[in-house]
Amino acid sequence: MARNSLGREVPETWQGKRYDPYQDPFTRMPTMDRATRPLVRRNPGESKILPSLRAAIEKSGLQDGMTIATHHHLRNGDLLLNLIVKELDAMGFRNICIASSSVHPVHAEIIPSIRKGVVTRCETGVNGLIGELATKGELDFPIVVRSHGGRARMLVTDEVPVDVAFIAAPCCDETGNLNGVSGPSACGSLGYAFTDARYARKVVAVTDNLVPYPASPVSISQSDVDYVVVIDSLGDPKKIVSTTTRVTRDPAGLLIAHYAAEVIEASGLLKDGFSFQTGAGGTSLAVADAIKRKMLEQKVRGSFGCGGITGYFVDMLEEGYFRTLFDVQCFDLRAVESIGKNLTHREISADLYANPFNRGSVVNMLDAVILGATEVDVNFNVNVNTESNGYLVHNTGGHSDTAAGAKLAVVVAPSIRGRLPIVRDEVTTITTPGETIDVVVTERGIAVSDKHEGLRKELLRRRLPLKDIRQLQAEINALTGKPRPLEFEDKVIALIEYRDGSIIDVVRQVKE
Amino acid sequence: MNITRRASAGTMQSSDLMVYVEPAEQLDIQIESTVKKQFEHLIRDRIEAVLRQLAVTQVLVKVSDRGALDYAIEARVETALRRAAEA
Repeated sequence: MARNSLGREVPETWQGKRYDPYQDPFTRMPTMDRATRPLVRRNPGESKILPSLRAAIEKSGLQDGMTIATHHHLRNGDLLLNLIVKELDAMGFRNICIASSSVHPVHAEIIPSIRKGVVTRCETGVNGLIGELATKGELDFPIVVRSHGGRARMLVTDEVPVDVAFIAAPCCDETGNLNGVSGPSACGSLGYAFTDARYARKVVAVTDNLVPYPASPVSISQSDVDYVVVIDSLGDPKKIVSTTTRVTRDPAGLLIAHYAAEVIEASGLLKDGFSFQTGAGGTSLAVADAIKRKMLEQKVRGSFGCGGITGYFVDMLEEGYFRTLFDVQCFDLRAVESIGKNLTHREISADLYANPFNRGSVVNMLDAVILGATEVDVNFNVNVNTESNGYLVHNTGGHSDTAAGAKLAVVVAPSIRGRLPIVRDEVTTITTPGETIDVVVTERGIAVSDKHEGLRKELLRRRLPLKDIRQLQAEINALTGKPRPLEFEDKVIALIEYRDGSIIDVVRQVKE
Repeated sequence: MNITRRASAGTMQSSDLMVYVEPAEQLDIQIESTVKKQFEHLIRDRIEAVLRQLAVTQVLVKVSDRGALDYAIEARVETALRRAAEA
């Protein structure tokens, strides 16, 4: 074990692989070439269509111990990963690694196959029951949690070679040209899968909507796809995208949003060319709403909105608040419709979005990002991975990527959730280092990192409730009482990788 | 205060709690909580404080807590006890 620069004990070797302890957000860079994939020749008349998933698995050359991947744009409506694992189980495979872009609660269906040894390693963060059982020590399934940019980095550096990528393709032709904008399982952007299509040794497009050649628009092209399989259904459309995402009506949430928008304005970033990212949560959307009103009042024309895209950002594009949307993932139906018709609503890869090891990712051009948190500590470190009971139930998403890239990273959160105070002496798990977080906004006050003396003064001038983060913590603890620390076993069940591949923290088995 | 019948108070909403009380030979407090690991000791402290204040020594108190703050715990426990006491 080594101690990283944030004081966390992290292994230097885990599950047979070497890792570096986290040092700082901006300097780690190995000397190497980008990964590649085998050259293939396809002659006229050769068909890529295979009759079944089983046929595709056989043809792909997958063997025991190898690694597969899927993408998570179908979110909790995804059927594909479950179907693949079921097939691998039936075919007698053992010791397969899952390196999908994320795993959702719907994938709890694969737990029996994990217990059986069909899938035994997880090179992706997880949402839901699988992570909870792993943290309780009830499931032996080592997990490496990565951000979106970190996963793209993992593929372009070949740290985790993906042997077969199965790409859920809502609209696909016989040669493998595919997109996510039409068909019964339309999910919009396929940004995370772009990177798989470039680096996986074999790429299998799986569709429930085979269209005559050529499928258009082409998001992932025939030149990258090895095989095409048609199945009945990729997923449950109701769970793939939300019909609507809404601004919160909770008064505390609205107050937080008001403060956050004031902070962005006070920072001086709200001027022509402004770029912005928020999530799809009710409070985040309320911030977007407040920012939109400020842009209107002050006649500010922004440059781009980024990230997981909602109908709210589509409105801002169509009404001229932003010139462009950069979209790795659509969160609702409006976003899916827009990406199919608006030329300035751009589908971008996870690599372009957030990989720290390329010639410059979009997050580096962000002015402000609004981020969530389960816990924040007095050094501004943020946890979004584990709940306060210690269970690993959330993936990182773009949290640490956008925090590092944006000029102003603003965490918004209620000061108390079900008696749990948001501000801690130490967070249970560090997802995002405090060095990359600028402001923490709660309904009880705003804490600003020491490096922004000017912003502090401006907030005071505007009579906003600026508080030292320890003062904020004391006020919250006076209401909640101080929580008893959780107890953990020594066993490490998951690594939390920082976006550059160093280990920022670990998750240990919880003592029950 | 004498507890003579079963009674309850509260809701199962987030940041609230349900309190069930019934007559018993001795004092028995059973706590279920979404934040049991972190706050069971403080929840117990509050319940015991209300019991002392109302001089209740023979009762079964069952609490199903969803992360309520101290003042909510005190109010719900007192209400349940008063509902369960002889008129």
